[in-house]
Amino acid sequence: MLEITGVPTEAQIRETFPPIEAIDKGPIAVIECFQEIPCNPCATSCRFGAIYIGDNINNLPTIDIGKCTGCSICLTKCPGLAISIIDGSKSKDYVHFSIPYEMTPLPATGDMVRALDREGRYLIDVKVLGVRSNKNFDRTNIVTLEVPRDQMYRFRSISLEVIE
Amino acid sequence: MKTTDIAIVGGGPAGLCAAISAASSGARVSIIERNNSLGGQLNKQTHMFFGSEKQYAATRGIDITGILLNEIKKYEDRVEIINSTNVVGLYEDQIITLMENESKYYKMKPEAIIVATGAYEKFLSFSNNDLPGIYGAGAVQTLMNIYGVKPGKRVLMVGAGNIGLIVSYQLMQAGVKVVAIIDAAPKIGGYLVHASKVRRMGIPIYTSHTVKEAIGSSELEKAVIWQVDGNFQPIPNTETIFDVDVMCISVGLSPLNELLSMAGCEMKYVSFLSGFVPYRYSNYETTISNIFTAGDSCGIEEASSAMVEGYLAGLHAAEKIGKRHPSFEERVQDYTSQLNNLRSGPEGRHILSGINQIERRRDYA
Ligand SMILES: Cc1cc2nc3c(=O)[nH]c(=O)nc-3n(C[C@H](O)[C@H](O)[C@H](O)COP(=O)(O)OP(=O)(O)OC[C@H]3O[C@@H](n4cnc5c(N)ncnc54)[C@H](O)[C@@H]3O)c2cc1C
Repeated sequence: MLEITGVPTEAQIRETFPPIEAIDKGPIAVIECFQEIPCNPCATSCRFGAIYIGDNINNLPTIDIGKCTGCSICLTKCPGLAISIIDGSKSKDYVHFSIPYEMTPLPATGDMVRALDREGRYLIDVKVLGVRSNKNFDRTNIVTLEVPRDQMYRFRSISLEVIE
Repeated sequence: MKTTDIAIVGGGPAGLCAAISAASSGARVSIIERNNSLGGQLNKQTHMFFGSEKQYAATRGIDITGILLNEIKKYEDRVEIINSTNVVGLYEDQIITLMENESKYYKMKPEAIIVATGAYEKFLSFSNNDLPGIYGAGAVQTLMNIYGVKPGKRVLMVGAGNIGLIVSYQLMQAGVKVVAIIDAAPKIGGYLVHASKVRRMGIPIYTSHTVKEAIGSSELEKAVIWQVDGNFQPIPNTETIFDVDVMCISVGLSPLNELLSMAGCEMKYVSFLSGFVPYRYSNYETTISNIFTAGDSCGIEEASSAMVEGYLAGLHAAEKIGKRHPSFEERVQDYTSQLNNLRSGPEGRHILSGINQIERRRDYA
């Protein structure tokens, strides 16, 4: 499927997500990398040794959720923009979802933006909780959004477009 | 006649890395580049590269040129950069002819030559494919990422390989709408992370589809696509029409290496390497003595491998003319293992079987 549509199935997505107990403890990385390609910046950028690829650079990354602090550096280093950070520790109703964002203009904290799924379909409006960019991120910004828990496996992107 | 130790034709990642390792071996190097600046394809790649740290993964292509040029600066006394100059001839006796700014024509006699001329784009035949608004992906990237000019308003991307996917993403970043990406193959050819990236921005991908025709009087107005069957034959009555002013053709690259044919290097068509490529020895030397090659010009792959091949070709060419790097063995080993590592995945296995078909072994009597 993914090879034809470019969209991972919900089953694939659920498998990559950490268990809900881990999500509810604090921020943690979700890596949507399903294909063996020669690439390893996620593993080499992690200061905590939480992402492992090993000697063969084509291996898929595995994450040690015990070691991941949710620091977000891998999110900005993944050339596939395949990593997001999810944090369920802040609220019973929402998760804080951080995604890489390389479009202009950037949203501002407090804005309501359109939440999209992995096919770019509109889900709901969500609130921007924060926008981070610094030199180390090298023009890959991190936008954190307040996403209702029931949308957590569907949400993956945002659009700032105003639809009349 | 002008002389040098090693002439490097092409200042892309392969040529720049060849220059670094040849100069660090002590050779005098001349880099000849037809564009007015060095970097080759890197200069249009605003996205982060994959690969490993050693090949600057996670760095944007546009920034890798700067990193390599800084490295070259260390050997300023030995490296000559000749921009805006096309190498128009390469002869068996290692004489090359150069055309500077389309006006000044002269000859050069280097001791060794490394051809790192990169690739050219394939095109697609369909009716009206010469309407203004129909571009190759390279042209779209040049307009957008070099000159800051939008190619149009609404784009149909033809080709779902890495280039098609990445250029679609870059178009969206530039504020240009990509209405769809199509590909005749039944599966997406590019990396799936790049596909997912554009899908979640709402760009549909139609596999098993090709262009039927372009419509427009003086410029492109509509693109008609249709579905193809398992044998790439179009299926009637499956047409879809898009209102677009740009069609971006991104159906692959072929090695650009006429200079090698001209010099008389033995060539072979190898589909895994995407076209005609020179036979070569493990030291990147072609069947003509002292003519070497590296990068896309001897097989379409990636900048990561082009750089490592460049380093290797530079070391070997220098060695051949008596400028052996003090840590020649270690470096050759390190680069060779980097290449093997890059090529140890599914894509890489294709490349390796391609290289197998053209790699000559020397008989040491
Ligand atoms: C859209 C896109 C995205 C890409 N993304 C990635 C990526 O993420 N990671 C990755 O590793 N690779 C990527 N690549 C591939 C990478 O850019 C190429 O593999 C790489 O640039 C090849 O390097 P090269 O030095 O062999 O050739 P080139 O970069 O093509 O350089 C060849 C140079 O030779 C010059 N030249 C040619 N003929 C002559 C002549 N007769 N006289 C003088 N000069 C001449 C050309 O002007 C050019 O500057 C991408 C490519 C594209 C198009």
